[in-house]
Amino acid sequence: MHYFRAPEARRVVSASLVIGVAFVVFGMSFGVLAVGAGASVAQACVMSLFIFTGASQMSIVSVIAAGGSPASAFGGAVLLAGRNAVYGLAMSPVLDGSLGSRLLGAQWVIDETTALVTAEDGDERKKTVFWVSAPILYAAWNLGTLGGALIGNSIDPTTFGLDAAFPVMFTAMVVPHLRTRNGRRAAAFGAVTSVALAPFLPVGLPILVCALGMLFGLSPEPESGPVRTDGAP
Amino acid sequence: MTWALILSFGAVAYALKLLGAVVIGQRSVPAALQRCLLLIPAALLAALITKDTFTSGQEIVLDARIVGLVVAGVLSWRKAPFAVIVFAGVGATALLRAFA
Repeated sequence: MHYFRAPEARRVVSASLVIGVAFVVFGMSFGVLAVGAGASVAQACVMSLFIFTGASQMSIVSVIAAGGSPASAFGGAVLLAGRNAVYGLAMSPVLDGSLGSRLLGAQWVIDETTALVTAEDGDERKKTVFWVSAPILYAAWNLGTLGGALIGNSIDPTTFGLDAAFPVMFTAMVVPHLRTRNGRRAAAFGAVTSVALAPFLPVGLPILVCALGMLFGLSPEPESGPVRTDGAP
Repeated sequence: MTWALILSFGAVAYALKLLGAVVIGQRSVPAALQRCLLLIPAALLAALITKDTFTSGQEIVLDARIVGLVVAGVLSWRKAPFAVIVFAGVGATALLRAFA
């Protein structure tokens, strides 16, 4: 907890609270949609507590809500979660403490904490940013989920146009990935392939085929910047 | 939604985070593999967007969701706050349904 007393902790706390507000809103949306897809309040909360990677959680709910099988929902979510393993490489300067702290910190390696940490210079500052921002974002995400699941339990999601919430949120999440040329190519491939295959494959499977868009990464990028997203873990 | 799906994916998601943060640590990964893995979200999120906008089950359906997508796309591109994007996109769809 001594990281909260570091000189730059106040700045990190205020930056984290700004992202935290977005996390509460996104967590609430997830909670509403998860319950709408047939999850119980407990299931929605356990997903956010134990999975804690928003794109994968949303993709599971999206596939299940559309009538896809658990296996295809699982496959798409695993592919999306794979990037957290890559982020871990950039996070090793932060996670060099006791085994217990590394096991805890690993759960908090997501888009936003990686973006915040890689924006800092120096291992000590990186640690402060990680250990201050991560618990704030984790709390925001889980409180939002609980609130959304409770709301979702008491309204009929279809009357509020909430089926449109899936593409709306995925749009907000994909934009940061379109900054690079290969990112735009992969996205264009995924967008077209997904709809083109929809009539011919069971729900959920076209998404898996779309992952082939990652092969655009075989050609090097002319210029590259750090990947970051806004508002979703 | 089943507990088996939630708990098994929870274990895999945590294992992937551990793999990068604790097991692989500072060892290096081939640059091309790293580039490919980091492209997955672009491909899959775009695929989910068009699936959730233009399809319903296995059918291609064009409806008010398209308006929500356009509103969200413009606002995202203009770097609007996340909450604004969600409420405007969902609201536009709901409004069109109410009046169309």
